[in-house]
Amino acid sequence: MKQEYTITVYTENQIGLLNRIAIIFSRRKINIESLNTSPTEVDSVHRFTIVIEETEDVVRKLCRQIEKQVEVLKAYYNTNEEIVWQEMAMYKVPTDIIATEVKVERLLREYGANTVVIRKDYTVFQVTGHREETDKLVKILEPYGLIEFVRSARVAIIKNSKGFHEKLKEFENAQPPEELIENEFLNQQEEVFSM
Amino acid sequence: MMETLALTKEKKTVKQTTEISGSQAVMEALVAEGVDTVFGYPGGAIMPIYDALYDYHQQLKHILVRHEQGGIHAAQGYARSSGKVGVAFATSGPGATNLVTGLADAIIDSTPLVCITGQVFAHLLGTDAFQEVDVVNITTPVTKWNYQVTDANEIPHVLAKAFYIAGTGRPGPVLIDITKNAQLQKFDYEGYKKCDHIRSYRPKPIVRKEYVEEAAKLINEAEKPFVLFGQGVILGKAEKEFKTFIEKAGIPSASTLLGLSALPTEHPLYVGMLGMHGNYGPNVLTNECDVLIAVGMRFDDRVTGRLDKYAKQAKVIHLDIDPAEIDKNVKTTVPVWGDCKETLPMLTELVQQKCYPAWLERFNEFKKEEEKVCIHKELHPTTEELTMGEVINVLNELTNGDAIIVTDVGQHQMVACRYSKFNQSKSNITSGGAGTMGFALPAAIGAKFGALSRTVVAVIGDGGFQMTCQELGTIMQTEVDVKILILNNHFLGMVRQWQQLFHDKRYSFVDIESPDFVQLAKAYGIDGQSISKREEIKTALQTMLQHKGSYLLEVNVGKEDNVFPMVPQGRGVAEIVLSKEQI
Repeated sequence: MKQEYTITVYTENQIGLLNRIAIIFSRRKINIESLNTSPTEVDSVHRFTIVIEETEDVVRKLCRQIEKQVEVLKAYYNTNEEIVWQEMAMYKVPTDIIATEVKVERLLREYGANTVVIRKDYTVFQVTGHREETDKLVKILEPYGLIEFVRSARVAIIKNSKGFHEKLKEFENAQPPEELIENEFLNQQEEVFSM
Repeated sequence: MMETLALTKEKKTVKQTTEISGSQAVMEALVAEGVDTVFGYPGGAIMPIYDALYDYHQQLKHILVRHEQGGIHAAQGYARSSGKVGVAFATSGPGATNLVTGLADAIIDSTPLVCITGQVFAHLLGTDAFQEVDVVNITTPVTKWNYQVTDANEIPHVLAKAFYIAGTGRPGPVLIDITKNAQLQKFDYEGYKKCDHIRSYRPKPIVRKEYVEEAAKLINEAEKPFVLFGQGVILGKAEKEFKTFIEKAGIPSASTLLGLSALPTEHPLYVGMLGMHGNYGPNVLTNECDVLIAVGMRFDDRVTGRLDKYAKQAKVIHLDIDPAEIDKNVKTTVPVWGDCKETLPMLTELVQQKCYPAWLERFNEFKKEEEKVCIHKELHPTTEELTMGEVINVLNELTNGDAIIVTDVGQHQMVACRYSKFNQSKSNITSGGAGTMGFALPAAIGAKFGALSRTVVAVIGDGGFQMTCQELGTIMQTEVDVKILILNNHFLGMVRQWQQLFHDKRYSFVDIESPDFVQLAKAYGIDGQSISKREEIKTALQTMLQHKGSYLLEVNVGKEDNVFPMVPQGRGVAEIVLSKEQI
């Protein structure tokens, strides 16, 4: 069954790596819903957060192909239940409408919108949350003359991750310990063995 | 005394550096990596490297090819016959783009290569400069790793990384693009240090003993086990370990196209080749075995046929060094990730000494049927026209299976691979995954340079030969001894076969005309002859093999012969057919 998966890729900071990762998806005609690159808690290690809608089988294979890239340290995939995630959206609305329509002000407060800029002609609000929330606000603001809408890529924290410091130390050892197996599935015997 | 002590102390603290150019650093790196042969073609943006090469010609043999594609295929042939990393040079722009086919071929067939391309000056990058092409981005999907150097200081460690990545783990091609300013730039050179670790790259998975144990258990309980082996055995230099394993476990073994020669074809447990034009038994019995043991192979679609009809009854053990291959096409019961040089001996130790006479007899039954319907008339035809098979059969007789057979792509490739005898490893060089026509002639040149003591025979079709026949010039100039055997059916035979079988014999643009190949060879100073009669085959092949230096033999064969057996596209391996009447 296809569902939303968030792929987290820890990498070296290298020019061209974005392309190397992106073509793994495009080669298989898979659309990337959202892609974010960011630093991590570890100096020199970068983090890609990629959202796609696919079956688990496909996502697992994609992660293996991603991990195969020389400059990729590790790739994880998670369902939405396994992560804490946020996206940030901005809305540009005519200022006079907000000033006159009390309802709009109440709605914005309801959605936890922050005001970024107020000008005579327009006001920019910012909302951080899940996609359904930011999408809903678009629908709500449309009748009030929404001028512009933009949403950022997803950023996500894996709930049961212990960070990357310890893992990195292991990677830096020429002979990594046995616990550091290339792929998690080896530890999930029941999923690998179909006997 | 005190003075000298102080002096040596001081010496120790000062780092020994010499000032050299980026191009010289490239040469130093190649020498340090043990490279003895480079295939290349000069041009504007790589001139400083060629200038440095001028001073290194004693240590580095440079083979001037006639086209960069020929250069990279030659480097592939060299890598495959020698087991070392092949090296190719090309200039920027079109020089570099001409490498792309070879890179695609090398990545799908896991051939270790380091390609060095020149690039325009760094300050001109992105300005649409003369012969500027974004080669790093163009080659990203077809390289294991690539990198652009714009500063000479990077050259030693980038090349060390390149050789390490190309040659370790699952091998593959690496491309290093060096801007002209970096080639010219002088810098403080601290010597060359080989790379042996990159933190984000783990060439070998750690072998998990419990999986080896699980695999051994399955094998020991099996009644009809079947081994499929691929090029991984050759790349892992594990031919001996593999042989010991199958001999102890007594398991019938079949090869993929690229696995050929990892096990001598005369070995009693060798049951033939897999795949679309492989042998009858190995294909059919894939769907009859109870445990399928895949060693260093990747379940290519030409091997599996229709996946949902592939070995559904069997438990699958997959030994591979590349974790991404596990479960990619065929669901694995027990994955044994690791270098088969390590995993095979572990497995050998745990499996029981066994043999399966009745099971092996099943393969023999199929072999007899295949002999009767296909093989006999191919190897001992009674028709007037010659067959490709009978030529290969005589070639076997004369070389005794000791030659390196380099094949191109098409019908002659399938026939040569089906019928060639191989006694030793690294004797079969062909373009497998990519199916690159034009591969054989340049690859044969490289193969000879990689194994100078061996006889190299390039078996090529009339179509493929014309794709890279400019490399006859390379043969002429280097006087390399390559035997060229053109099996000419005056058609693009494989496509014609498909048109006959699946497109109502609508022969659409497959009747290719050829020049006089013998005259063409003569123009390059290469001796040769063309034959069309059965009684001439043996003498002509003898003449070719005994000729001092290169020789071209054209054999005119039947125009509309087909390669059988065949697993028609979209069918399962057990639905393999032996003749066109069965399609």
